[in-house]
Amino acid sequence: MQCQECNQRQATLHFTKIVNAEKTEMHLCEVCAKEKGDEFPGSNSYSIHDLLSGLLNVDPSTGSGAGYSQKVQNEYALQCPKCRMHYKDFINNSRFGCSYCYQAFSAKLDPILKRVHGGNHTHTGKIPKRQGGRLKLQREISSLKTKMQEHIDREEFEYAAEVRDKIRELQEAKEKEEGQ
Amino acid sequence: MSLEQFISNAISPWMKNPGPDDDIVMSTRIRLARNLEDFPFPSSTSQDAARALYKHVYERLSQTSKEMVGKLIWLPMDGLSTIEKTVLVEKHLTSPQFAKESKQGAVVLNNDETISMMVNEEDHLRIQCLSPGFQLSEGYKSADKLDDWIESHVTYAFDEKKGYLTSCPTNVGTGMRASVMMHLPALVTTQQLNRILPAVSQLGLVVRGIYGEGSEARGNLFQISNQMTLGKSEEDIIEELRGVVLQLIERERNTRRELLKHNQLQLADQVHRSYGILANSRIIESKEAGNHLSTLRLGIDLDLIRGIEGNILNELMVLIQPAFLQQFAEQELTADGRDERRATLIRERLKLENIQDGGGET
Ligand SMILES: [Zn+2]
Ligand SMILES: [Zn+2]
Repeated sequence: MQCQECNQRQATLHFTKIVNAEKTEMHLCEVCAKEKGDEFPGSNSYSIHDLLSGLLNVDPSTGSGAGYSQKVQNEYALQCPKCRMHYKDFINNSRFGCSYCYQAFSAKLDPILKRVHGGNHTHTGKIPKRQGGRLKLQREISSLKTKMQEHIDREEFEYAAEVRDKIRELQEAKEKEEGQ
Repeated sequence: MSLEQFISNAISPWMKNPGPDDDIVMSTRIRLARNLEDFPFPSSTSQDAARALYKHVYERLSQTSKEMVGKLIWLPMDGLSTIEKTVLVEKHLTSPQFAKESKQGAVVLNNDETISMMVNEEDHLRIQCLSPGFQLSEGYKSADKLDDWIESHVTYAFDEKKGYLTSCPTNVGTGMRASVMMHLPALVTTQQLNRILPAVSQLGLVVRGIYGEGSEARGNLFQISNQMTLGKSEEDIIEELRGVVLQLIERERNTRRELLKHNQLQLADQVHRSYGILANSRIIESKEAGNHLSTLRLGIDLDLIRGIEGNILNELMVLIQPAFLQQFAEQELTADGRDERRATLIRERLKLENIQDGGGET
């Protein structure tokens, strides 16, 4: 069976989703399941284990297990702690109540943002100067890490070591910045 | 007030200046959406919270040094009449919605109206830079500078992964909308634009006709802007938009040259007929006026008619909008009344010019 999200890879994960007594089957490959995982509340830092334990906690005999429907319940109950906006109100108005809503709804947000922004969900533009010292260093470190991996892939270990030292330097600078 | 005086007060000072490629690109606009940490977004907020935001921003920004941005004028919306607000809309300095229902909002302007800012619109701050002609990088530079200056006085709502946090998810990230207003009569006449537009939207850009009263696009004016604000840097967004605009400019210019080469007499005829209608009508609707103004402007660009200022299209497209007509008439007008006033205004405006036949060389 093919994955119903990407229609490319083999579906290896099969879920039954029950919302208001309506049953839908989902057949996903691992890559797409991981992406779907971003939609789940309470998993800001995604872990495939969280996802699976939540999803697979469906009682196979009845197909109406507590695990998934509990998740669905939580989804409806999502609320911004700061401005008290409910997730469903955000869906209705497509306007956030305050900047903290981004955090509160973050588990559901990436797929929405991807749809709006041509597949992108991560900011790569300007960083505010006053707030941004640490962020700039972080961004530089991430790009150096990619570079280091490229060197390793090409077995250019001397270059990789040079980049590694540079990363260390920046990391120290970042820690200093955070300490302030 | 004389017509000259009325016009010089009504038209934003920046519009009178020439700009790069302004035979095709009328103006460039950069808009940045910004919000402050710890204040609810304006769209969901109470009057009290909106007032608190306004007070916070005003205290921090109105009292500080103006070296960076020049002198700024603060216009609280509740101190403006309906017509004054509509004038701001027609000058593209506020949005229609903001003018209608702004609570505790303000428009902040610099001297030549190249820089403006709305407070408490959909986002706490909407920074805007307008420039004549095709000036994406320059426009972004001034918006960026103003943004830096503001950010040194207030704390923005910003997230490492999501960028600048905005009220609507379509603006999050850079919060930037870059737009270029183009006059494309040759591409419209030769029906090339219909074929180009789908390709442009595939590149993640949006094209809108400029609408007047009613909903018909008029004057062959089109605004092209970026759709996506997340996952691309400001520079990337501007580069992509610039690439497409440059291609459109080149195509429009080539098509104009072709038209002139093969149909000079017909073109000259159209241009002078349009001039005739504009110079003699007693009643004219905005759509008809827009189309003839577009043809007249094309005639000026192709040197088929001489002695008229090139920016007459920009200028009159602004002036023939309802609020300006009513300001000019110094009274409220019905739609019929506006059609009459519009004809009068255009006729009188053209009398200030010294029309001659052109040579037809570009
Ligand atoms: Zn898949
Ligand atoms: Zn909120």
